[in-house]
Amino acid sequence: MEKVLTRNISPGKAPTDIAAYEANGGYSALRKAMTVMSPDDCRQVISDSNLRGRGGAGFPTGMKWSFVPMGDKCSPGHKYLVCNADEMEPGTFKDRLLMEFDPHQLIEGMILSAYCIGADISYIFIRGEYVVAIERLRAALADCYARGYLGENILGSGYKLEMHVHPSAGRYICGEETALINALEGKRANPRAKPPFPQVSGLWGRPTIVNNVETLCNIPHIIDRGADWFKGLGVGEDAGTKLFGVSGRVKNPGCWELPMGTSVREILEDHAGGMQDGLQLKGFLPGGGSTDFLTRDHLDLAMDYNVIGKAGSRMGTGTMIILDDKTCPVGMVLNLIRFFAHESCGFCTPCRDGLPWSRQVLEDIENGRGKKEDLDTLEYQIKYIGAIGNTHCALAPGAMEPLQSALKYFREDFEHHISGRACPYRSVGGS
Amino acid sequence: MSNSQMIQTDLNSVLTLEELAEIDHELEHIPYKSGASIDALKIVQSSRGWVSDECLQAIAKHLEMSSEELEGVATFYNLIYRRPVGDNVVLFCDSVSCWINGCDDIKEMISQKLGVDYGETTSDNAYTLLPVPCLGACDRAPVMMVGDDLVTHLDRETIDTIFANKESGSET
Repeated sequence: MEKVLTRNISPGKAPTDIAAYEANGGYSALRKAMTVMSPDDCRQVISDSNLRGRGGAGFPTGMKWSFVPMGDKCSPGHKYLVCNADEMEPGTFKDRLLMEFDPHQLIEGMILSAYCIGADISYIFIRGEYVVAIERLRAALADCYARGYLGENILGSGYKLEMHVHPSAGRYICGEETALINALEGKRANPRAKPPFPQVSGLWGRPTIVNNVETLCNIPHIIDRGADWFKGLGVGEDAGTKLFGVSGRVKNPGCWELPMGTSVREILEDHAGGMQDGLQLKGFLPGGGSTDFLTRDHLDLAMDYNVIGKAGSRMGTGTMIILDDKTCPVGMVLNLIRFFAHESCGFCTPCRDGLPWSRQVLEDIENGRGKKEDLDTLEYQIKYIGAIGNTHCALAPGAMEPLQSALKYFREDFEHHISGRACPYRSVGGS
Repeated sequence: MSNSQMIQTDLNSVLTLEELAEIDHELEHIPYKSGASIDALKIVQSSRGWVSDECLQAIAKHLEMSSEELEGVATFYNLIYRRPVGDNVVLFCDSVSCWINGCDDIKEMISQKLGVDYGETTSDNAYTLLPVPCLGACDRAPVMMVGDDLVTHLDRETIDTIFANKESGSET
């Protein structure tokens, strides 16, 4: 398969600097856009490509951009492009790779995306723990200013753009785009009510687009090689390639660029090497901690947004977390709910008070203090906390996804904990 | 926050000229002063290790916001420390992939070795142990950060090597 997003990235290879990036065709898409393409032309190509957001929601990128007021329809003032590099979804480790080993690909994608929406200021909102990526991005930005890829009059086109790296002070909720905008404004990162949507009124009340790292990394290649080429890369319904990852107790955990629509089985068996010796696959979260469990019955599904959606889960970030048969599903869900309860911003009651309640019930079950009625309590919580619209944002409904599917597929495990008054996995060498 | 301390301190002299210059540099691309609040907290923390009450009040004054508002911001974020920390902060990942790979046992090893639990600092002030949300290195789990360094594939051996000068929480 042709490598696109990782064409400059190989295990053991040094990070790509500006010379190596340019030598491999880097910034040619930018030259093309600045010389022969208008922002409208560029936006059209992205719309035609069917690129969907790689941060987890899978929203069509071209459509997201289309809500930004352009030309006379936009009141005078700044417009912003923000890169969401706040990779904190449990089990997700793809954007780190892209930023540490090919920072210029992201920057070129950002310049082009900013050009598409007429933004003049852009930010890379990156989690503070990504120290290496922050350093390399800052160095890469300096190179770009020196070569005229950023700043006033980019490549003589008259277009100007400034770009800043903004390390976050940490909180999972900053990955929610309106919470991220509040964090950029120096506030607590509580999500905002929508509408207005950020495309119309975002950072400092101005039109703002927030896109994920991997989404933006696709842009130069689509501008360079066109929408049809991009659509042809996928082997299923969706266009392009995707960074898929596998973590958990498999032989070869890692992250690989594969065609969109690659089967779960191929990712798990061919790339991750299958389960470690002595372990069986019990279930998996297809795309991070806030996606529903799927099981062995779903191994032949294509990793496409709609296919995984129809199976009752979400493709999310495309980085799978594997549950083996010697790891306790109740313990795993407890770990996830504990995370989401801790990371709730505290703004709305169902999330702030509901998630700690779920955590408490799960702690009781896991530690042998569970009662039969606890399963009804969990179902009740799933019904009320999990419904979109009952909470201010998607954090708590996302938290309910692994819980509800664990109850569906691994209900016996919950029941054994309760009837046996202990975690049955602790006696067989599991966690 | 101690009121007596607040009254006695001249807030104009708390922050160094270097810190103020760095904060003002951030303000150049931010349309409202309060917009630099997180940057300012980080700038002060980077030179002092943590953000004291005095510093918080001085930053609030400089950014023309109330110290209560800034306190709300400071306590919201994981990586702003409102209590003193040791020379190195150990950010220990306890999220799902690390948990599957046995991070609970590793955390116990660290706690025993350093003699501290989450939120505590070793008696020689060398390390503060804190939990951190998923560090995004799940293919190399279990992982943690020691200062700015990511340490992967944690096991007894790596823990012994990293904290080589530490013996079961005793001072060295």
